[in-house]
Amino acid sequence: MDAIKHLLSENIRRFGMIIALVGIVILFQLLTGGILLQPLNITNIIMQNSYIIVLAIGMMLIIITGEIDLSVGSVAAFVGAIAGVLMVQSELSVFASILICLLIGAVIGAWQGFWVAYVNIPSFIVTLAGMLLFRGLTLVVLDGQTIAPFPDGFRKMSSDFLPDILGGGQLQLFTLLVGVIVSVLYIIHEIRYRRNELKYNFKVAKVPLFITKLIVLVAVINIFTYVLALYEGIPYVLIILALLIIGYTYVMNNTVQGRHIYAVGGNVNAAQLSGIKTKKVKFLVFVNMGILSALCGLIFAGRLNAATPQAGNLFELDAIAAAVIGGASFTGGVGTVFGAVIGALVMGVLNNGMSLMGIGIDWQQAIKGLVLLSAVAFDVLNKNK
Amino acid sequence: MSQTILEMNSITKTFPGVKALDDVNLHVQQGEIHALIGENGAGKSTLMKVLSGVHPFGSYSGDIVLNGEISKFKTINQSEALGIVIIHQELALIPELSIAENIFLGNERAKKGIVNWNETITKTDKLLKKVGLNLSPQEKIIDIGVGQQQLVEIAKALSKNVKLLILDEPTSALNEEDSENLLNLLLDLKKQGITSILISHKLKELIKVSDSITILRDGKTIETLVNTNKDISEDRIIKGMVGRDLTNLFPERQHNIGEVVFEVKDWSAYHPVTVERKILNNVTINARKGEIVGIAGLMGAGRTELAMSIFGKSYGKKITGKVYKNGKEIDVRNVNKAIANGIAYLSENRKEFGLILIDSVKNNITLADLNKVSKNNIINPYEETKAAESLKSRINIKAPSINQETVNLSGGNQQKVVLGKWIYTDPEILILDEPTRGIDVGAKFEIYKIINELVDNGKSIIMISSELPELLGMCDRIYALSEGEITGEINREEANQEILMKYMTKGWGS
Repeated sequence: MDAIKHLLSENIRRFGMIIALVGIVILFQLLTGGILLQPLNITNIIMQNSYIIVLAIGMMLIIITGEIDLSVGSVAAFVGAIAGVLMVQSELSVFASILICLLIGAVIGAWQGFWVAYVNIPSFIVTLAGMLLFRGLTLVVLDGQTIAPFPDGFRKMSSDFLPDILGGGQLQLFTLLVGVIVSVLYIIHEIRYRRNELKYNFKVAKVPLFITKLIVLVAVINIFTYVLALYEGIPYVLIILALLIIGYTYVMNNTVQGRHIYAVGGNVNAAQLSGIKTKKVKFLVFVNMGILSALCGLIFAGRLNAATPQAGNLFELDAIAAAVIGGASFTGGVGTVFGAVIGALVMGVLNNGMSLMGIGIDWQQAIKGLVLLSAVAFDVLNKNK
Repeated sequence: MSQTILEMNSITKTFPGVKALDDVNLHVQQGEIHALIGENGAGKSTLMKVLSGVHPFGSYSGDIVLNGEISKFKTINQSEALGIVIIHQELALIPELSIAENIFLGNERAKKGIVNWNETITKTDKLLKKVGLNLSPQEKIIDIGVGQQQLVEIAKALSKNVKLLILDEPTSALNEEDSENLLNLLLDLKKQGITSILISHKLKELIKVSDSITILRDGKTIETLVNTNKDISEDRIIKGMVGRDLTNLFPERQHNIGEVVFEVKDWSAYHPVTVERKILNNVTINARKGEIVGIAGLMGAGRTELAMSIFGKSYGKKITGKVYKNGKEIDVRNVNKAIANGIAYLSENRKEFGLILIDSVKNNITLADLNKVSKNNIINPYEETKAAESLKSRINIKAPSINQETVNLSGGNQQKVVLGKWIYTDPEILILDEPTRGIDVGAKFEIYKIINELVDNGKSIIMISSELPELLGMCDRIYALSEGEITGEINREEANQEILMKYMTKGWGS
């Protein structure tokens, strides 16, 4: 009995936010009379939140190093504006424009990273300045106007779907196939991982538990792709997200750079005296945030099919909220990329669910604020126990 | 005299899964200095927290009898109202506030919320005189030394009409001179009728000042020794603490000393902020293969500054001088280069500069040389685990697993983790800055054994310590450092505390 209790409390801490997400989903599924989980709406939730998830990933890294970035919304707007100028006004090719935009994002990140890491100005100040600076520059670039429409090729990235090359009718067969392929890759990965652990004489889960875990996750993957297949299939933006999530998770867990990021956030003095170039780490994390802000700006502009002066307003707060709900700590050193994604989804489902219920934007804001506070309070209380 | 001011009877306190105190008894007489001693984790601090109301009445069993009455403290305020004041190991002063503001913090001299500064300052002045501090009440805490800060804490306690003063490791961060001062003050206060409970690891000072000594081990009272004549032997106390005879504080070692491996020549450095202040002046030292070289010096002599400036120029500005390894000059421009050239530095403050407390034992151990377990910057988790496991068992880190967060380990084991981190980088020269600060006798012995094992394997060790007996017990040769200059070099055979002290207090040019 004690063992079960222990297992439960351990897992509540580890999977607390996933459980909360599932709870919120079930709640709104009931409250909206089943609209929430309809294929169309699920696709919507993904696409509506894609740009916040992109930001949340970058923000998580920033918060892990013990910093903050308030400028991401303005930077996204600025890059969106540049994209408008390049593609619509200068008629530059989509590919070249995207490349230039990401590069600009990197330069902006380097600019802010320089002040934070090498001049030692608190990131709150640097990025507060950046928030004003880049919002202002957005207005300058756009001259206060909206630029539209974007070329089709660009819009695809944020609002189109993978074509069904298998030619299914109602059901997107190709999407189902992707689900199967991903499942197979996942199983292969898990088996290889287990083999390695056995080779090094590590403790591994017992075979029945291992197989149960595989079955559950394969089921989740395939139910998900099946639902997507019922509508238009896999959005392009989902592929971008999947690559980012897997890539950043890998970097944070398995590479020297990832370990250095955690170390800098955990104790910058100890990291420095262990030979880690702490300034460079902070600088690069800001460069990374700049690139992801740019990507966010591009996806958002594409989705809106316009570059507007108000784009990206309050995105920084959504991204910070997502990271914090997902387990980041402002003292630094703690958090996971996956957590940030879950955090973004919690906020996204709340938004979506409340909109479906017809709750006004006023109450939505208020409720989101309370959810943010209670998520963190829950975590703090849980840790103190 | 022999009236009991405090009785703690059969105190038992459990935390989830651990019995921190098990039927503990403590009887303190009016007007005495009562020492409380035990290894880390023996329950001293918990006992004092029970006494001062940090652990409120009801969360423990047993009785606290103060002046014949049972006390049921729910908060610290209640215990302070009765004159029990505790001064914690980590000082609780606010650096940016003045001495006067700190002393009356939470106890402001005010009427209707308006502070009476004249009264505050005059009262502070009186209190400072009482503790022998010749400072202005308006001086900021940040601008005075650690020893003086400790005295301010005591002044603060006096301002609260203290009857029973509890000091938790008051001298652990102080040099010999300041410690001496503080202990004299305690004796002074005793004359004025203030009772003290003194927690300390430094046996010598306990024996010198205390009237009785209560020994705790594993949450139990072992015994209370009477020390009216100040003649209890250290061995007697240690026997009680560890439950066995520790015939020698320092493990035996063969002295196989080879050629000079490491040399620092004409090393000078200036203060990082006030750049005209010279902190280190033409320091020249060396270390041989298989040798433990000590650096003795008072607080502020520049010991840590010397070590850190050598280790990747982590301290100071305008650093000049050369560092040689095996006769060749090496580059120590940054920490990376210093590590690559086989130097390791164990910092004096493991929590601030050594460990990532929220990270695991494993991640801490491999941090300084992740390349050893990675390929193309990708960490091999299996190799990493293997490396951490093998180090954990080699230096006997007591932790449930290598995935345990280091914040949950005892001081001694935390220190082993930091030491493990540097052993893992396989250095030739280890600079150990206060390697046994704040850890108990048993763990100290184990750290000494690890140090001995390292020199047996041909490493060179430079050891900085405030505890002269430790330097005398461990080192082959000791440099004395005073005001940034090497003032003496003494071999093992000739060294004793008096000689070291003489060189350590030698000023500029004298």
